[in-house]
Amino acid sequence: MTTQAEGGEGPVQGSSRPKMTARDVRVSYGDIEALKGVSIDVSTEDVTAFIGPSGCGKSTFLRCLNRMNDTVASARVSGEILLDGHDIYAPDMDVVQLRARVGMVFQKPNPFPKSIYENVGYGPRIHGLASKKADMDAIVEESLRRAGLWDEVKDRLQDSGTALSGGQQQRLCIARAIAVNPEVILMDEPASALDPIATAKIEELIDDLRGRYAIVIVTHNMQQAARVSQKTAFFHLGTLVEYGDTREIFTNPKQPRTKDYITGRYG
Amino acid sequence: MSIGFVFLVVLALGGLAYWLGRQRGMAFAVAGGARVGAVHSRPQYHGAFVAIMALLPAFLVLAIWAVMGEGLVAREVLSGLPAGAVGDSDLERSAFLSEVRGLVRGDYAAAFNPSAEGAASAWKLASARYGLLFASASLALGLMGGLWAWTRLKPDFRARTRVERFMMILLVVASLVAILTTFGIVASLVFESFRFFQMVSPIEFLFGTQWSPQTAIRADQVGSSGAFGAVPLFWGTIFIGAIIAMIVAIPLGLMTAIYLTQYAAPAFRKVAKPVLEVLAGVPTVVYGFFAALTVAPAVRDFAISIGISNASSESALAAGLVMGVMIIPFVSSMADDALTAVPASMRDGSLAMGATPSETIRKVMIPAALPGIVGGVLLAVSRAIGETMIVVMAAGLAANLTANPFNSVTTVTAQIVALLTGDQEFDSAKTLSAFALGLVLFLVTLALNIYALAVVKKYREAYD
Repeated sequence: MTTQAEGGEGPVQGSSRPKMTARDVRVSYGDIEALKGVSIDVSTEDVTAFIGPSGCGKSTFLRCLNRMNDTVASARVSGEILLDGHDIYAPDMDVVQLRARVGMVFQKPNPFPKSIYENVGYGPRIHGLASKKADMDAIVEESLRRAGLWDEVKDRLQDSGTALSGGQQQRLCIARAIAVNPEVILMDEPASALDPIATAKIEELIDDLRGRYAIVIVTHNMQQAARVSQKTAFFHLGTLVEYGDTREIFTNPKQPRTKDYITGRYG
Repeated sequence: MSIGFVFLVVLALGGLAYWLGRQRGMAFAVAGGARVGAVHSRPQYHGAFVAIMALLPAFLVLAIWAVMGEGLVAREVLSGLPAGAVGDSDLERSAFLSEVRGLVRGDYAAAFNPSAEGAASAWKLASARYGLLFASASLALGLMGGLWAWTRLKPDFRARTRVERFMMILLVVASLVAILTTFGIVASLVFESFRFFQMVSPIEFLFGTQWSPQTAIRADQVGSSGAFGAVPLFWGTIFIGAIIAMIVAIPLGLMTAIYLTQYAAPAFRKVAKPVLEVLAGVPTVVYGFFAALTVAPAVRDFAISIGISNASSESALAAGLVMGVMIIPFVSSMADDALTAVPASMRDGSLAMGATPSETIRKVMIPAALPGIVGGVLLAVSRAIGETMIVVMAAGLAANLTANPFNSVTTVTAQIVALLTGDQEFDSAKTLSAFALGLVLFLVTLALNIYALAVVKKYREAYD
């Protein structure tokens, strides 16, 4: 696959400043501690994949990065998560602006019950990014182009977003996320509800978007992690077991637990 | 022999039949050994089969006795009287018979009609004879049925299949009772309305704007010609139920539902929802006197204070406001269901775009839940226009065709109550017009309900 070849080109640029930095992040739901101190850096140059068995805390951690855990009343988050050096859990951080900067794509495609145009225009509208109709048209077209959906939907922008196929819906959700020009895009198993061809399209798209946005993807498909990511973090039982270059993790894991998971001993 | 006593005896017979059948079934089971298939049905099915065959004919006879027994006795007593003792008219006969019954029960010390004394003893005799006849017929048929069933029992007898089929028939009959009653009601509505429309043309009824339902007793009476144009009633119903009440109920109900589903802490929701449902359980007559005694005078005082001098103490506004309050829990519970049915992923998707909770509700949740909310509102309208007590007590009976909410208007339901209260003759257009009004109301609410449920259902399917 092309993604694999590109992923292998050249060394990972480790010198650049990380976009997001997490230090000793702990999350508990009531009495249950779901995340037990995770520290990680995410950079714009790479696609970062979180892998691990179900319930390992990878999705929980992802949802901390744009404070979506705020919507869960029982969730308690401690530790420090920085976006460009600013603590996103600080009192002066506005969650609305944070989420405009850190977008998210969900496991199940969740287009709004509106037209394709309005789905993509939703974010720009609520954040006031386009004042004229022409500006909005441009944003919608650009976002759909980047999501690789423009050619498929350009003649039916007023059709309902929910009428698209599953794979198209998911790319619409990605277009919707990039329409507000975020800096980071979080993807929570974005292809797990899709068929192999739609999955391949999403993976190509992720590769196209690399470098423009910091992308973090949660997946429990290890081949997918190997194909799309340059950095991989392996989570197990609420801890970050190993984090490094994807190639290293998959060919020469340092931790025995990582090795067991990757070779299919459990998970 | 009283029917109650025979009923108990028959029940005992049924119990005995069950026990005997079950004994026989157990004997089969022992003989067949503990092997599946050796005996077709388990012992309790043999018992149930015998009991059913014994009880069914016995109860049928008892039912006939209960329905027809008294009539048979009465006929015999009347035919045994000397000619000319009672008048020929039905009225005289039934008066005589009720006197006889009173004597038999011991309610009267002495008879007014001299021949009633003799008739009373004849009644007692006839009654005892018919009682004995029916009781013995019932028991005999029960015994025969049970015995016949008992002789049919064999190891391979399919008692279970028969009992199951009997249960199914029983359930079908039970559900048919409700359905047939509904059809009966509709049929009577249609039939009486048809009689009304023979006197008053449907065109005049549906499009006429003059409502004064009276019919003359004498031809030369003043105002003898009634007017049956129901438009003021339809308008009053819509004005109160679909306009004023909904102006109150839709925003308040919707906002309540939004708060409870999107903002409220689970602990608060746990308390507030049942409290709201209590509001829905308040008898409408209580709302009615609240409307008539508290709200209506307040509305009138308010109207006078803003310079409407002829404000009536019964007003569309008072009735509509209270009806709106009554409908709030209905709207809020339907909207609550609709909002809860919107997948959480939709809400998360909007929040993750950086939308605030209120933007998420306005731009995503409500549009997504709209069909369900609309369906709920339509059901609420259909309830409001069929609601009676509030409008009877607070809206008045004057059939005004007005858009002034401080005026008194009347509704279809209030008019039906007015037309049918007290002694009525059931062949005048005045009384029959109530059935025509009822038919219109029934058709409108039926159409609203069917449409609303279709909307709600279609929308549920979209997210399941």
